[in-house]
Amino acid sequence: MNINLTLIGQLLTFVVFVWFTMKYVWTPIMGALEERRKGIADGLAAGERGQHERELAKERAKEVLHDAKGQASDILAQAQKRAAEIVDEAKSNARVEGERILTAARSEIEQETNRAREQLREKVAALAVAGAEKILRKEINAEAHQDIVDSLAKEI
Amino acid sequence: MAGDTLTSSEYIRHHLTNLVYGNLPAGNYCDGHQVVTEGGWQLAGCSEAAKAMGFNAIHLDTMFWSITLGVLFLYVFKKAADAATTGIPGGLQNFAEWIIEFIDQSVRGSFSSRNDLVAPLSLTIFVWIFLMNLMDLVPVDVIPALSQLLGIHFMKVVPTTDPNATFGMAIGVFILVIFYSIRIKGVGGFVGELTLQPFSSSNALVNALFVPVNFILEFVSLISKPVSLALRLFGNMYAGEMIFILIAIMYSAGTFMGLFGGVLQLGWAIFHILIITLQAFIFMTLTIVYLDMAHNEH
Repeated sequence: MNINLTLIGQLLTFVVFVWFTMKYVWTPIMGALEERRKGIADGLAAGERGQHERELAKERAKEVLHDAKGQASDILAQAQKRAAEIVDEAKSNARVEGERILTAARSEIEQETNRAREQLREKVAALAVAGAEKILRKEINAEAHQDIVDSLAKEI
Repeated sequence: MAGDTLTSSEYIRHHLTNLVYGNLPAGNYCDGHQVVTEGGWQLAGCSEAAKAMGFNAIHLDTMFWSITLGVLFLYVFKKAADAATTGIPGGLQNFAEWIIEFIDQSVRGSFSSRNDLVAPLSLTIFVWIFLMNLMDLVPVDVIPALSQLLGIHFMKVVPTTDPNATFGMAIGVFILVIFYSIRIKGVGGFVGELTLQPFSSSNALVNALFVPVNFILEFVSLISKPVSLALRLFGNMYAGEMIFILIAIMYSAGTFMGLFGGVLQLGWAIFHILIITLQAFIFMTLTIVYLDMAHNEH
């Protein structure tokens, strides 16, 4: 139970230990703890931000998809309309062309008919002349009665 | 060594004697075993010689074990601090961080001001006292017997059973209390706290009469802080050590008593684990509270 110099020795030892703990133990470990705490907090914040962004992106993707669907249906509608137009146009073109061809054919037929009629007339005239010639061989001079022949031919 | 050549009281006294190195005046000590013709610094051969040295002596065993344990504590924690990473902590770092967070929480709970000294101080107090108390769990005869082989006759291995160690720390804390009291409140504030309460009066003359009364009360309460800190720890550890020694005496009293003593020692050691931790914690908590009081006006 003697109090002696040990007291002073213990006091000094205590002071040195406290100083050492403060300088070399407490500060670095608390620093590391603090830094880790900050790191974890940052990580959590980043995670939350990421999730938020993901949600936004999802929303945006939905919007884009919706727009795209709308556009696609527009395009489809337009295409159908255009197709109907094209079909209509083709039909009307075909009708016009058909009529044209029909008209041409008709006029050709008319021409042919006219020509045939002309030829027939000439042939008949010639035939009439030939017949008349045969009948009137001696009495009728072809050159003198040309006008009669012509009038005959015209009457056919 | 128990029992064969020593009586029980000699055995106990032997266990309670420190290894003392001090300035021994000339004289005849220890029943003629240590005759000093010329005063000087030497080891004390018995407690009588140690007493004769007075204040000019040092307990080598207390100093050795406390410094060894303190260095062990600092070494382990320094290693943890050097390896401290902000990433995934390893085993040692986990352990150190666990203790440090525990201390940090205690300090945050009881200390309301801001002072970077208090937390490391608390850590040092808690771990150091815990380690010194832990030496109590080493069976009482093991280390003294080993040192006997080395030719050292006295060895008290639990530094906290030496009042010098507990008072050393308590006085360190007390100096800090006074230092911060004066620094935070000023000399006037500190003196005022000692003299102007708990009794005060609006009448200046009556107030002056209250000053000595207040001073006596407050001074006693101020001085009781380090004394209670030191004596509480010392008393608990000394009593615990004494019970271990008494149990150890039973080993020399036959097989049955020896076995009974073994059971008792185990039981007391398990109970003592609680005491050594609790005492370290109490010392630390009271230190924090006293420093908090030094920082606050009341």
